[in-house]
Amino acid sequence: MLKGRHLIEPGDFKLEEIESIMELADNIITNPKGYSLVCKGKLLASLFYEPSTRTRFSFEAAMLRLGGEIIGFDDPNNSSVSKGESLGDTIRTIECYSDIAVIRHPREGTARLVSKFAKEMPIINAGDGGHEHPTQTLTDLLTIRKYKGGCDNHVVGVCGDLLFGRTIHSLVKTLNRYQGITFVFISPKELKMPENILNQLNPDTYRETTNLDDVIGELDILYMSRVQRERFVSEEEYLRLKDYYILDKKKMKKAKTDMIVMHPLPRVNEIAIEVDDDPRAVYFKQAKCGMYVRMALIAKLLGAEENND
Amino acid sequence: MINVSKLKKGIIIDHIEAGHGFEIYKELHLNDIDDVVVLLKNIPSKKMKQKDLIKIETDLPIDMNVLGLIDPNVTINFVKNGEMYKKITLNLPKVVEGIMKCKNPRCITQHEDVKEIKFYLVNEEKKQYRCEYCDAYTTFMGEE
Repeated sequence: MLKGRHLIEPGDFKLEEIESIMELADNIITNPKGYSLVCKGKLLASLFYEPSTRTRFSFEAAMLRLGGEIIGFDDPNNSSVSKGESLGDTIRTIECYSDIAVIRHPREGTARLVSKFAKEMPIINAGDGGHEHPTQTLTDLLTIRKYKGGCDNHVVGVCGDLLFGRTIHSLVKTLNRYQGITFVFISPKELKMPENILNQLNPDTYRETTNLDDVIGELDILYMSRVQRERFVSEEEYLRLKDYYILDKKKMKKAKTDMIVMHPLPRVNEIAIEVDDDPRAVYFKQAKCGMYVRMALIAKLLGAEENND
Repeated sequence: MINVSKLKKGIIIDHIEAGHGFEIYKELHLNDIDDVVVLLKNIPSKKMKQKDLIKIETDLPIDMNVLGLIDPNVTINFVKNGEMYKKITLNLPKVVEGIMKCKNPRCITQHEDVKEIKFYLVNEEKKQYRCEYCDAYTTFMGEE
């Protein structure tokens, strides 16, 4: 039962609960009209303390497509935060008005903190610094399920900024709970997967490399990520690392014919535009999956899985 | 050798690694109690070569949780009517609350007033704990 629960990190939900969200997302994709009013009369608070296009729009589109409505902000300077209000007070106030809240914040652990102040209102973490991004994980899982037939038994290459990539941390920890998953972590030495994530994996199920060319032919899934300018203190270091990996047609020739390329977006240079037409590139389809899976999540957390009328 | 009279009641914290005694004194907030407290440092020891020792003449309960973090090898003797009636040794606590601070500069606890942060033991050898909010590893005494 997911009604009333928070989603702060994917580990908050059992695998069967995650699968139940996937199943509902599949049903919504098949029959969107059947779910167009399930959240009628419900209000989602959209609290974005950090810029976002995809995540915010997909949450807002998801709520609107379920028949619900939205309040919120996408610039903390337009909220009481600018007056020095604590997060706890903000959430306690918002709970007076809203049925569910989505929060993105640059500080790690923020969603967990605010979930302690919300008594009945489910909190969804839409990204907390370099820490977790669980709804991107749900998006990724739905994409893998749709384009690879399921989430078990894959060799998954994860490439780019593995140190600060919150989408990657959430995804790796979750895929690790499925059967027969092995990882190849591809990153510059400066942006390696952090110890606290590696410690959670069986050492036999992953290896680390700096060279994408050497391993691309082994992969069933290649998950590319952006080197994030906003996570660097030194601009010089960012410029040195930002184009470390560029996936292009030449590299794609070495990949399996049924490998899929994923990316949480936005991309900068790490995937050449020439790859977009390759049928194995699913990153824009992935973005669409994001809206459907968020619809399923909101409906589950509000206990509103069927039209009332 | 300095002699300190036998304790009639209270707690003796023995086998403290030399140099850690004052740290324990601070973390137990012994400066705040009105009872007699004696801190002995660099006492010759057969087992440890040198050790520190603290005697506290008190009836007050003292939270010993922090001792496991600073020096898990200490021995704690409880004394009543001049006799030792209980002796305990410590391990690193599995969960620590309200003592440690997260060292991750990006953690929300560095920017909001968060009390009673829980830390979960992840590596006994390295004394590493995981912050309940950001999951970053932190050690009690030293670096991340």
